[in-house]
Amino acid sequence: MASIKHIRNTTTTYGLGAIALHWVVALLVFGLYPLGLYIDSLSYYDPAYRTVPNWHKSIGIILAVILVTRIIWRAINPHPESIKTHSNAIRLITKLGHIGLYLLLILVLMSGYMISTADGRPISVFNWFDIPALPALIEQQEDIAGEIHFISATTLITLSLLHAAAALKHHFIDKDNTLRRMLGTKEPS
Amino acid sequence: MKNVLKPSIAFAGLLLAASPVYAADYVIDTKGAHASVEFRINHLGVSWLKGRFNTFNGEFSYDESNPNASKVNVEIDTTSIDSNHAERDKHLRSADFLDVKSFPKAKFVSTQYTDKGDGTATLEGELTLHGVTKPVTLAVSKVGEGKDPWGGYRAGFEGTTEFKLKDFGIDYNLGPAAETIYMNLYVEGIRK
Repeated sequence: MASIKHIRNTTTTYGLGAIALHWVVALLVFGLYPLGLYIDSLSYYDPAYRTVPNWHKSIGIILAVILVTRIIWRAINPHPESIKTHSNAIRLITKLGHIGLYLLLILVLMSGYMISTADGRPISVFNWFDIPALPALIEQQEDIAGEIHFISATTLITLSLLHAAAALKHHFIDKDNTLRRMLGTKEPS
Repeated sequence: MKNVLKPSIAFAGLLLAASPVYAADYVIDTKGAHASVEFRINHLGVSWLKGRFNTFNGEFSYDESNPNASKVNVEIDTTSIDSNHAERDKHLRSADFLDVKSFPKAKFVSTQYTDKGDGTATLEGELTLHGVTKPVTLAVSKVGEGKDPWGGYRAGFEGTTEFKLKDFGIDYNLGPAAETIYMNLYVEGIRK
């Protein structure tokens, strides 16, 4: 199974840059969600009560930086064409699904930021540097942002699972290159 | 000395006799924020966490000549809790503590005011918090009363009370030092 070597995308497949950014985002999203649920379950006297929320926030900020990088990288790279065997309906659903994933990622990250910074406190990223707060936009922002954070994160995870299921369906049932393009393996010749 | 004092006592007596005696109703001046509902709770046995409820309203009636007829009622918006930390306030509003979605209001309605004759009093009443109504007793002291500079008349009191959170069905474990909450209330009323 030969691998691709190009960093940038081509008009037919993803480059190593886009592939790395995709999988790092996937890894962080699937790590942050259970971490968030775990935080909710911690009691006041749990030794992790103070550390785990800080990890969650710090990783969230790092994810935001990676997401911005990914969006810029996407904009300055050629976009691989749809796979020829995909119908117009599949192409449309795929497009909408991808837009949905990006929008939900942005919403989850923004709402998370708005919980922690609602009272003007910065977010300290692993006690390494601080992300300053912006002025609060609404009354009791922490509560409203908290609800949005949970709902959008759960929706994001659900849509991500559908996204993964669709990729597996293309790979194993349709036997096309959809997943292979994102793994960086060359088409079987 | 006696000669100097006598006329002043007489003058004071005259003033008292001349001041009209009302059974007056007062509105707590929340509009001008001359009232506050504050709480403190011990943190880990090492210090105090202080907070307050920013939104509430209430009324009282008070008559200096018949203080035991005084009545107070206060309604507090529990969502307005403010401990100067958004993430903590979010937690305090959640089902672990105040559960403000189910219980957006807390209220206090007095049942008995017992004046001690030295400017202090005991105020008994029913506190409804977290959907539970229980009797509580406040130690009250009068701060003062009189005309304000804008044509109104004001009277103000402070009161303190304490109770266990568990008694009101809030049983989140904050540790043995933090079972009791101490409330400080400062109310300034504008006479209607």
